Amino acid sequence: MSQTMTRNSESGAPLLQNPRDERAMLEDAAAQVLTRARAGGADAAEVGLSSSHGRNVTVRLGEVDVLEDARDRGVSVTVYINRASGSASTGDLSAESLARAVDQALAIARHTQPDPAGGLAPAELMASRIEDFDQWHPHELDMSALIERAKRIEQAGMAADARVENSEGASVSADAAIGVYANSHGFVGSGRSTRFDQSCVLVARDGSGMQRDWDWDDKGRFEMLADPESTGRKAAERAVRRLGARSAPSGRSAVLFDNNVALGLIRHLVGAVSGGNLYRRSSFLVDAVGTQLFPEWVRIDEDPHLPGAARSSSFDSEGVATRQQPLIAAGVLKRYVLGSYSARKLGLETTANAGGVRNLIFSPGAKSFDELIADMGRGLVVTEVMGQGVNLVTGDYSRGASGFWVEEGRIAYPVEEITIAGNLRDMFAGLVAAGTDLETRRNVQVPSLLLDGMTIAGQQE
Amino acid sequence: MLELATHSLLTPAGIDRGDLERALGRLVEGQVDLGDLYFQHRQNEGWSLEDGIVKSGSFSIDQGVGVRAISGTGTGFAYADAINMPALMQAAGNARAIARSGRSGTSAVTRPVHVPALYAADNPVEAVDSASKVDLLRTIDAYTRSLDPRITQVSVSLSCQHESILVAASDGTLAGDVRPLIRLDVRVIAEQGDRRESGNAGGGGRYALSGLMAPESWQKFADEAVRQALVNLEAVDAPAGFMKVVLGPGWPGVLLHEAIGHGLEGDFHRKGISAFGGRMGERIATEHCTVVDDGTLAERRGSLSIDDEGTPSARNVLIENGRLTGLMQDKLNARAMGVEPTGNGRRESFAHLPLPRMTNTYMLPGEHAPEEIIASVDDGIYAVNFNGGQVDITSGKFVFVASEAYRIKNGKLGAPLKGATLIGNGPDVLTRVAMVGNNLELDSGVGVCGKEGQGVPVGVGQPTLRIDGLTVGGTQ
Repeated sequence: MSQTMTRNSESGAPLLQNPRDERAMLEDAAAQVLTRARAGGADAAEVGLSSSHGRNVTVRLGEVDVLEDARDRGVSVTVYINRASGSASTGDLSAESLARAVDQALAIARHTQPDPAGGLAPAELMASRIEDFDQWHPHELDMSALIERAKRIEQAGMAADARVENSEGASVSADAAIGVYANSHGFVGSGRSTRFDQSCVLVARDGSGMQRDWDWDDKGRFEMLADPESTGRKAAERAVRRLGARSAPSGRSAVLFDNNVALGLIRHLVGAVSGGNLYRRSSFLVDAVGTQLFPEWVRIDEDPHLPGAARSSSFDSEGVATRQQPLIAAGVLKRYVLGSYSARKLGLETTANAGGVRNLIFSPGAKSFDELIADMGRGLVVTEVMGQGVNLVTGDYSRGASGFWVEEGRIAYPVEEITIAGNLRDMFAGLVAAGTDLETRRNVQVPSLLLDGMTIAGQQE
Repeated sequence: MLELATHSLLTPAGIDRGDLERALGRLVEGQVDLGDLYFQHRQNEGWSLEDGIVKSGSFSIDQGVGVRAISGTGTGFAYADAINMPALMQAAGNARAIARSGRSGTSAVTRPVHVPALYAADNPVEAVDSASKVDLLRTIDAYTRSLDPRITQVSVSLSCQHESILVAASDGTLAGDVRPLIRLDVRVIAEQGDRRESGNAGGGGRYALSGLMAPESWQKFADEAVRQALVNLEAVDAPAGFMKVVLGPGWPGVLLHEAIGHGLEGDFHRKGISAFGGRMGERIATEHCTVVDDGTLAERRGSLSIDDEGTPSARNVLIENGRLTGLMQDKLNARAMGVEPTGNGRRESFAHLPLPRMTNTYMLPGEHAPEEIIASVDDGIYAVNFNGGQVDITSGKFVFVASEAYRIKNGKLGAPLKGATLIGNGPDVLTRVAMVGNNLELDSGVGVCGKEGQGVPVGVGQPTLRIDGLTVGGTQ
């Protein structure tokens, strides 16, 4: 069974042309795997399979830089023998290869040790109804259409400002994917989705040096993608506005995270309340359920059934039925983010979050980004953070940052080569306001967030 | 190595040299400047221990062939995840769509590359049985827990990789390599009162598992992880501001990787987007600084007998006595810039395109004793351990994150500091290097470099350095 990335510019056929056949093939492979696992001595087994097909073009300075048409398949199986587990994976879905993967997983399970918390999620929690969340919108797009679109994006960006003098390229991609999960409770679930993505990275230069920035869009339906020209122009604006960046005043001041950077803060929250970090005691939020982490006006909800969203699903990666549920209400942590394994380790029930959260949404506030800048008066707008300086064990936060310095309620100048530091617990408690500008293109959707104070360090006193 | 790689990749599929030439001939029909075929077979095995039990193990096999056609600076790319002639010919036909159609070409594989192997071809997945690996993890766990009663959590993981690759290219290249890669990691949590801190250590490289299984090897990692966690229990808030920074030897060389290394990769120069663009031959560091990228070190994590384009790896001098002397190149960018490839063409797998990447990047030693360097600082910090880093190659701004550091006051080490980000500007950070130690060390073998979504194993190293001015991102 061979998969090739084709590069045929004539081929504009829909991606994954026969999704029904492809799904049937994956489901059949799942059944083969589970049968062999049981026959080989497994008490329980689970298997995830995926098949995807994508086309991607990158154009740089008007010329085609890379053409890609990628087809990938994969299977991953986990078996349990007396609560000891073994896993194996391969990209080859032929019958011999599947059999070999199962045998390898069984061989490993004979060497690992019984884990009282191990095994499948409880059978009674399996999703009984699998809904369609409007994620499949095939669109006929050939390579030349993708190339033309990428050229329009880049041209619009290069023409937007004389200081934009170089490009890392504009890319457009179309992808389709099918996933199947099955386990020995008899659960079989599948999902399919299409994604369309466009992005552009531009370089601006003036006497102060070079700056690079980008813009992007990502949608499940091709017709909903932003105008190609607007993506190019925004990338240009974002690169140009960074020119002449300097250091910011050192000391403590208010900080406004734009909606792109703010989502990182909420991802850190999710990491700290995730089962794996909790049972390993690798979180500053061990035993924090029921405590007031944020001001009372903060509400964060998970909606795994949001129509059209990339991650929407009726079941999690263990087959457990997903549900709409709050994470933070009135500023209080209502629950952890658990799969069945970490739930058993903690003596709790799974929250149907095996594989992570799905569509976590921070309720937006009432003020625009500009109004938040005006409210802040003096301080730092952060538009980019760099590095891995977040310690979830302690909550200590120290990152490189760039953005804008604000004086008298207005942007004064761009800044770079500074650090921002604090502790996540204080940062969460110190939220002052949220913007109206919810970033809806992400799995974790967050508006811009204003924080009362962080320590800023730069070369300026 | 070429014979071994041929035997494991081509022989089972019945592909011979004539078939390679036929596929290359198909690939370079029309206006294609270079075509190559990259065959790969990779086995990965991992074991992990947590809560005192070896609770998970995993195994994976990936194999396939990546086919690339380069026309000017444009690339057509196709891959197949099976190795056989029909799949290879189909991929070759698809990859050449980058070029306009033209006449059929022929392509002879006339330059077999034979270089001395930098590592043995042992397969760590098969050379040691599963039971011994499980026992090793349990022994390490028991040892680590016995070191201090404040250690409340221990996790240990072992990963073994065995990879065969073979490259055939229309420039005549025919080269193969067999690459083992092993790694052991120990992570602990220490608790005291209501403080909880972590520590981790690990290492590995391209050598036999017996090297890691010896107690003197793994005990170092366990001791180090515990030491770090206990030091962190005492850590106080780090200072904030611009100050002198002394970097310890070894892994802190991640500074060189981020601040200098990425900015000297050929693709960023070909595109004119590196902050170091056009500065060849200029002074970009103090005269104490000589920095090399060296893929030829025996058994190191970042080493390669040949790169993923079949070019023998090399010791490339990037900065010599402060002057910029070299870039790292793959074939596409070297051709476009009119220079020779440097053995830095690397790819994550057959399903990814090669890019200019680092191997083992380090600074050569200077003359100062490390104690002398610390004693020379009135007020600053001494940073000995880092989590990793990141760079914006266009603005030159880079960060790296200290996970273990100490205050220096009046030439003496003070209290340990909580983790803090250090930020600087690549093109000028090495102009602030005031002292270079005589104690070059390479890291223990844990680095993974990410670029354009592709991860590859790398090494870093340096002697103790004093940098007169970096911004330290503490809270005080």
